[in-house]
Amino acid sequence: MPPLMTVDGLVKHFPVRRGVFRRTTEMLRAVDGVSFAVELGETLGVVGESGCGKSTLARVVLRLVEADAGHVRFGGEDLFTASERRLKRLRRDLQLVFQDPYASLNPRMTLRDAIAFNLIIHGADRASARRRADDMLHDVGLDPRLFGARYPHEVSGGQRQRVNIARALVLDPRLVVLDEPVSALDKSVQAQVLNLLQQLKAARQLTYVLISHDLNVIEYASDRVIVLYLGKIVETGPATVIAESPKHPYTQALFKSAPSMDPSQRLVAPPLTGDPPNPLSPPSGCRFRTRCPFATAQCVDVEPPLREISSRHFAACHLYSNAN
Amino acid sequence: MSVPAPAILTAPVAAPVATSYWRLVSRRLARDPATLIAGSLLGAIVLAAVLAPALAPYDPAAGSIRMRLSPIGTVGHPLGTDEQGRDMLSRLLFGGRMTLLAGLTPIVVACLFGGVLGILAGYLGGAANSIIMRASDIFYAFPAILLAIAISGALGPGLGNTLISLSVVFLPRIIRVAEAVTVQTKSLEYVAAARASGAGSWPIVRYHLLPNVLAPILVFTSTQVSLSIILAAGLSFLGLGVTPPAAEWGLMLNTLRQSIYVDAWVPALPGVAIFVVSMAFNLLSDGLRDAMEVRG
Repeated sequence: MPPLMTVDGLVKHFPVRRGVFRRTTEMLRAVDGVSFAVELGETLGVVGESGCGKSTLARVVLRLVEADAGHVRFGGEDLFTASERRLKRLRRDLQLVFQDPYASLNPRMTLRDAIAFNLIIHGADRASARRRADDMLHDVGLDPRLFGARYPHEVSGGQRQRVNIARALVLDPRLVVLDEPVSALDKSVQAQVLNLLQQLKAARQLTYVLISHDLNVIEYASDRVIVLYLGKIVETGPATVIAESPKHPYTQALFKSAPSMDPSQRLVAPPLTGDPPNPLSPPSGCRFRTRCPFATAQCVDVEPPLREISSRHFAACHLYSNAN
Repeated sequence: MSVPAPAILTAPVAAPVATSYWRLVSRRLARDPATLIAGSLLGAIVLAAVLAPALAPYDPAAGSIRMRLSPIGTVGHPLGTDEQGRDMLSRLLFGGRMTLLAGLTPIVVACLFGGVLGILAGYLGGAANSIIMRASDIFYAFPAILLAIAISGALGPGLGNTLISLSVVFLPRIIRVAEAVTVQTKSLEYVAAARASGAGSWPIVRYHLLPNVLAPILVFTSTQVSLSIILAAGLSFLGLGVTPPAAEWGLMLNTLRQSIYVDAWVPALPGVAIFVVSMAFNLLSDGLRDAMEVRG
């Protein structure tokens, strides 16, 4: 079966403009040549530190921000060359759930209207849109009689995030990009929302791209994982394989940094030190070499390509090149 | 994986009936005595100004040399008379009409045009933004009173020219505020969410942008009313606004200026009127700002 979505060589550089004449002095390489496929029905986790390009990736893939190079094909159709009209139709199939449950709801719209808005812009009449919004509220665990006429400031963060999910799902999308859907929520609420997402996925045959900096969330919810570092994929593979035997030194460090519930797994020393390098001037060769304990001269000169290490498991590191 | 269906959340409901934004605003205002008092005082003053022809005991332009500069409390002239023997109460009532008209009209005009231009600049961005914002920066570079005097001086005295010059003074200020809130609102995630769902520009502007930018623009505009009234009176005081013999508070202050040595109280009256009205507008706009604040 062909993948639901393929992303091919995606590049997004933000110009940094300085001075009176707003000349472009530097380029911020937010997404720098990213390719992957999303299989129908899977949850693809995207993980990485702050500033590695996760959210930009989501926005470029959904064409909220125009890409500088690359293609995104959804169901065989090129998203970047689609006409405005066609794009509007395609947007129903491709939805986004935002990170911040506070900024992502209009303070002047009732929760019901926030959901119904999406149906109305696609031609539904007001009454039926409101009815379907109520059904959707019910499906995300909010009683429409209690919550439908409320405003966002009258409900909790977890409840807002349920409304965000309802707003995305009311259009019956096929693929939902979840951009840090639970990172603004309390731990207990995180579990509720993640479980709700899993349950909705099963009930509506959804495909998810789950973006998070939280390895626990990624490990819990995804089938396959992409690890991003400074706008590039450093490792990708099935979630269980990556969690059990991460290959790239960056992924290994990430897993070692994640706090564990098990006291015997207590952190001895932070394995990853320092901030990621400035994406305005990434290091030559391998981008991780400045923080990598195994870096060699080869890493300075040659950028390692993604290599298959085991079945469907790829890492971009010279440690696993055939020569070694 | 299988997860049990979530129970419908039946947390105790604080407010069983959700309150609309404007109902919330009026409820907050009702609990704010200072704003209510300022509001009712303004209401009374505006009403008195509107009804001036019916309320005024004398013709505001008819004087009598015999009665010049009668003190406050004179029989038949409760607020005294001015240097030409004209009844002060009548002139204050008619003068209020002029001052309010000259102070409020530019604000309304500036709010309409400035709001539209600012929202356009903020929403469109790019070249449209640069053109609108840089043009308004040129006017914004001058102090308000200097700009008002310069334009009025160039156009000549008269009510119409006062309205034009004050509109030009307030236009760039409102454009700046409208642009700033529009840019800020446009960058919020609910606007991105609407775009991601395929909403066109008009639904986004109509349902997401306008409801969220109008309140801050109106609140800012209301803070400018008192300044506009003072500027309108100031232009008349300088002889650049309303021309004699029409009654206007600033102009009255000017013509009564020399009489201050005969009786200090009568010449102070138009000043008191300007002070009370501009204070009341300030209190009202403070109250509005608090009441219209969106609490997350």
